[in-house]
Amino acid sequence: MKRELKIFDNPKNVQRFLYIFYVALFALLVIDFFIPKHGHFPWEGAPEFFAVYGFLSCVSLIFIAKLLRKIVRRDEDYYDK
Amino acid sequence: MRIIMINSVPPAAIFIIGALFIPFLKGKTKSAFMLFLPVLGFMNLLHVTVGTHWVVPFLNHSIIFGRIDKLSMVFGYIFTLISFIGILYAIRVEDDIQHVAAFVYAGAALGVTFAGDFISLYIFWELLAFSSVFLVWSRRTQKALDAGFRYILVHIVGGLILLAGILIYVSNTGTIEFDYIGLSGLGSWLILIGFALNAAIFPLHPWLTDAYPEATVTGAVFMSAFTTKSAVYILARTFPGTELLIWVGAFMTAFPIFYAVIANDIRRVLAYSLINQVGFMVCGIGIGTQMAINGAVSHAFCHIIYKSLLFMSAGSVLYMTGKIRCTDLGGLYKTMPITALFCMIGAASISAFPLFSGFISKSMVISASVTENLVIVWFVLQFASAGVFHHAGIKVPFFMFFGEDSGIRAKEPPLNMLLAMGIAAFLCVFIGIFPAPLYSILPYAVDYIPYTASHVVGQLQLLMFGALAFILLILSGYYPAELRAINLDIDWFYRKGSRFLIYVLTGIAAGIARFCEYLFIQQLPRHLAAFVKRPIGTFTDVYRRTGGEKVPASASKPELATTIPTGVSVLFAIGFLSILAFVFAMLFR
Repeated sequence: MKRELKIFDNPKNVQRFLYIFYVALFALLVIDFFIPKHGHFPWEGAPEFFAVYGFLSCVSLIFIAKLLRKIVRRDEDYYDK
Repeated sequence: MRIIMINSVPPAAIFIIGALFIPFLKGKTKSAFMLFLPVLGFMNLLHVTVGTHWVVPFLNHSIIFGRIDKLSMVFGYIFTLISFIGILYAIRVEDDIQHVAAFVYAGAALGVTFAGDFISLYIFWELLAFSSVFLVWSRRTQKALDAGFRYILVHIVGGLILLAGILIYVSNTGTIEFDYIGLSGLGSWLILIGFALNAAIFPLHPWLTDAYPEATVTGAVFMSAFTTKSAVYILARTFPGTELLIWVGAFMTAFPIFYAVIANDIRRVLAYSLINQVGFMVCGIGIGTQMAINGAVSHAFCHIIYKSLLFMSAGSVLYMTGKIRCTDLGGLYKTMPITALFCMIGAASISAFPLFSGFISKSMVISASVTENLVIVWFVLQFASAGVFHHAGIKVPFFMFFGEDSGIRAKEPPLNMLLAMGIAAFLCVFIGIFPAPLYSILPYAVDYIPYTASHVVGQLQLLMFGALAFILLILSGYYPAELRAINLDIDWFYRKGSRFLIYVLTGIAAGIARFCEYLFIQQLPRHLAAFVKRPIGTFTDVYRRTGGEKVPASASKPELATTIPTGVSVLFAIGFLSILAFVFAMLFR
């Protein structure tokens, strides 16, 4: 029997992973206030701009993709019919 | 001091001529030979000097097989490098057709790269399509066969448009040599359309997302590298600073990611993200400043490595499990941890995580859009950067290796495949940490520092909060479920449209056929028969009818006891035959 990794079979490990992830997010938000900004556009210097834009981008991506799926989705054998 | 003087040869020749020997070799000799060819190609490249080489006179023109400058050399290096990695990955495949096709394909890409004239460019351009299609057909499934035919047909159309453009352009300029073309006149537009088709620029992209997922495990790796990137090279050569390309490029970065989110076939997800990445390059070429061209070229370089890495890891999963759809996979990290790790390195690189290769190249394109004050483009590119992490960065590894356990317990792929992925993964990280060697071979001097605090933090925020959106949507169950379904794209127009066309054409043809049958088979012989039976009577009948008289039914019957002598019909026949004889004599004298 080949040995298997089972690290994510334990829900606790998934939780730990998520905690680490959330802490990293928080750290990124905090660091943002302490670094020199040298963006060209004014909004690049705004606090937490990229965090907000990244989050909104991905949420809108999913929303639009779900709408798109309503239009373009077909059965797998659509072209064979 | 060089001890051995070696004359360099056209890089394409090594690959294409070398390919011809492959079927005659066996076993380890064959493997060694195939691995040696790219090495030989690389050594050859190191001996090439800047300038124009291998000029062959042809009619009144000269065919130039070697336009060597910094721009073509970058692509020469990466095409040679990736063919080594791809061959290592494919070395155990026992199918000479695939090996020969792969080498000819690589040679054609190199030929396009170093071509200094339209004739050799066009020949290698066509060879790209005609060699790569065998990498699709070699899958030997009905789907692959069909997809291959669509692929080659689309490329033939693109090639003909390119050829038309070249002919117009050459007849205007009087020379087959080319350099910067730029948009002016019909010829240049047709050339641009021909190039754009290979670069998968919307709406000429669906051949890519149609055919790549149907290619063989190893074939898709080559295909992900050569066709689109040789088109990127040729666009950077001939159409830098063309404003149109900024907008089509920006659009290319954005629209495929929606499709990638809802696609089920992992390699189709990768194909859509390939278009998205090429969009960054096309956009950079459109901006056309030195920084933008550097960005486009370096991004092509990095992209070839990490995209092939992603295709190799997805290919490994397909090879080991026979499955490639999100709905069939999941939990493979348990038994394929190394492949999973390589896949995640590729995913981090395509997402442009700091310390991975995409970060040091893509950011140059985005920065170039900043300095040119392209606000909308900048927002679109940032959106696409967050989006690419979402589908290629998270979705691909997540649904293959993590996510819901599919119960599949596949082993790691063979050592040569792991090794090929390992080399690519190493390069992704190495270039990400030490960008200087790559920067030094770019077409223009690089005045760009990727690792500034604000850039690193900004990029990390963009990606990590994009990831947060993914996690929250997955946990809340709002994330679009993976479905056994396909999604319509532009190819619908020719896949269903061709059926409609055939329906219309057959409708018209059937109508003509029905009419002909009615006229020539049903009506004409009947009337002719009636006429021959009663030559004069027919006329008198018609005369009587037009006069309003009723013709007795008996009149239409053959009359043996006719009042007209038999000799009259003989006279008619002789007269008719003499007219025919006269007409034919006039026609064919």
